[in-house]
Amino acid sequence: MRFMIIVKATVDSEAGVMPSAGLIAEMADYHEQLAKAGVLLDGSGLKPSSTGWRIDYDGDEHSITQGPFAATKELIAGYTMIQVSSREEAIEWSRRYPNPAVDHGVGQIEVRQLFELDDFEPSEGLERMRSMNEQPG
Amino acid sequence: MIAAVARLTHDIGLAEDFAQDALIAALERWAKEGIPNNPGAWLTTAAKHRALDHLRRAPMLDRKHQELALGTESSHSDDRLIDALDQTVEDDVLRLIFTACHPVLSAEARVALTLKVVGGLSTKEIARAYLKSETTMAQRIVRAKRTLSEAKVAFALPAQQELDERLASVLEVIYLIFNEGYAASSGEHWIRQSLCDEALRLSRILAELMPQMPEVHGLSALLELQASRSKARVGKDGEPILLLDQDRTRWDQLLIKRGFAAIRRAEYAAQENNGAFGPYCLQAAIAACHAQASIADNTDWQRITALYDALAQITSSPVVELNRAVAVGMAFGPQSGLEIVDVLMQEPMLKDYPHFYSVRGDLLFKLERMAEAKAAFERAAELTNNERELGVLQRRIADCRS
Repeated sequence: MRFMIIVKATVDSEAGVMPSAGLIAEMADYHEQLAKAGVLLDGSGLKPSSTGWRIDYDGDEHSITQGPFAATKELIAGYTMIQVSSREEAIEWSRRYPNPAVDHGVGQIEVRQLFELDDFEPSEGLERMRSMNEQPG
Repeated sequence: MIAAVARLTHDIGLAEDFAQDALIAALERWAKEGIPNNPGAWLTTAAKHRALDHLRRAPMLDRKHQELALGTESSHSDDRLIDALDQTVEDDVLRLIFTACHPVLSAEARVALTLKVVGGLSTKEIARAYLKSETTMAQRIVRAKRTLSEAKVAFALPAQQELDERLASVLEVIYLIFNEGYAASSGEHWIRQSLCDEALRLSRILAELMPQMPEVHGLSALLELQASRSKARVGKDGEPILLLDQDRTRWDQLLIKRGFAAIRRAEYAAQENNGAFGPYCLQAAIAACHAQASIADNTDWQRITALYDALAQITSSPVVELNRAVAVGMAFGPQSGLEIVDVLMQEPMLKDYPHFYSVRGDLLFKLERMAEAKAAFERAAELTNNERELGVLQRRIADCRS
């Protein structure tokens, strides 16, 4: 099963403050451990929301808003994707995640499990997911 | 944990026993005192202490073993030894893999032991995956351990001169585990998936621990690329969907990306060591050709043919030759493919192999030699044990009439 460890944005990460050499080394160590345990799938930092945009939908209408966005705590600044054999294992790995805050102050990560198609009964639900995947594009 | 302890005891069976003891002690103690901050480390330390106790009490242990067990400097205190062990966990995992995959064991014993001591599956789960009773599987594992101990197999990495041969055995075991999970022939779905996941994890670990070996990356690339197709290869009624008929939008792009990265690492390792691509790298390169084609019609069959040529030269396997015939048929027309298949008619290994006759039938069908094609598909249908495959073949037989 796959989990995404989501690193929440901070005022610093939103301001584009680059992590210190110390934090980069800590992150590299941690991700190396993940790789050596065979659980690392993917991971990356994200640029500040000022480089991004949002699209809001309202029925058939949609509108684009350029970043940056407020409510920093709801933004994300990076992710690490792991593949493990149990929820407990995911919890154990996430507990070892370094404090991702650029200033080593207050930081937060959030862990979410990815859906697998197997999570759906072989039924209507699965077929809907499949038809979504089959759309051209 | 078992790896760290096995390095002390030189005996996987003993190491497992100590780990078990430590677990029981932990459950008693944690029930009273609560779970410690880092349960894994607590357990490993407890198991190592038990192993050290055992070593001190084991007069039958010969001096040489003791020297090995306690390191070359005999002045080490136990605590310093434990510190040293914690720093070499990676090597321990490698030693464990190489010991469990020792060629003195049969392939099925290597598979069972590897899953048990390196992977994360219980004996019950391994038994279910291989459709054996738990007792049978437990006996197989016990026998494997006994064989290792009787053959006095050292819990150590192989020396340079036998490394290639021993590594081939390790890679084979991982590939067998993956294929058992990947083949849709038997077992419950979730357990098949967990075999694939275990094999993927083992290949990823090995790629980190032995980055200098091209074939290690080759196997890892091959498994990533094959796993990337797993959601597309079974239809909604559970019927198998052949590679060329799969909906490629359902291939897992993350695993494909990882597969390509592993191939690049294999190329780099081969360059660094002046090594050539082995069978896993070549098969991964073939899988990569498929992954690169967004639709089946864009497949670079000429490149695949060239890769199969290289693979056939180093493996001289009739099954590889059969796959080469398919590629040649796609690249240069069915007549060229059929010429290779006709030569293989003499091959005893393929005499009862259903896929051989379906390949032959397909080439004949494309040449519009319908009567011969029908006979070939009928032979394939007689030989297959797989109901889903039988259904596909019956449709092809029916197509030959029209």
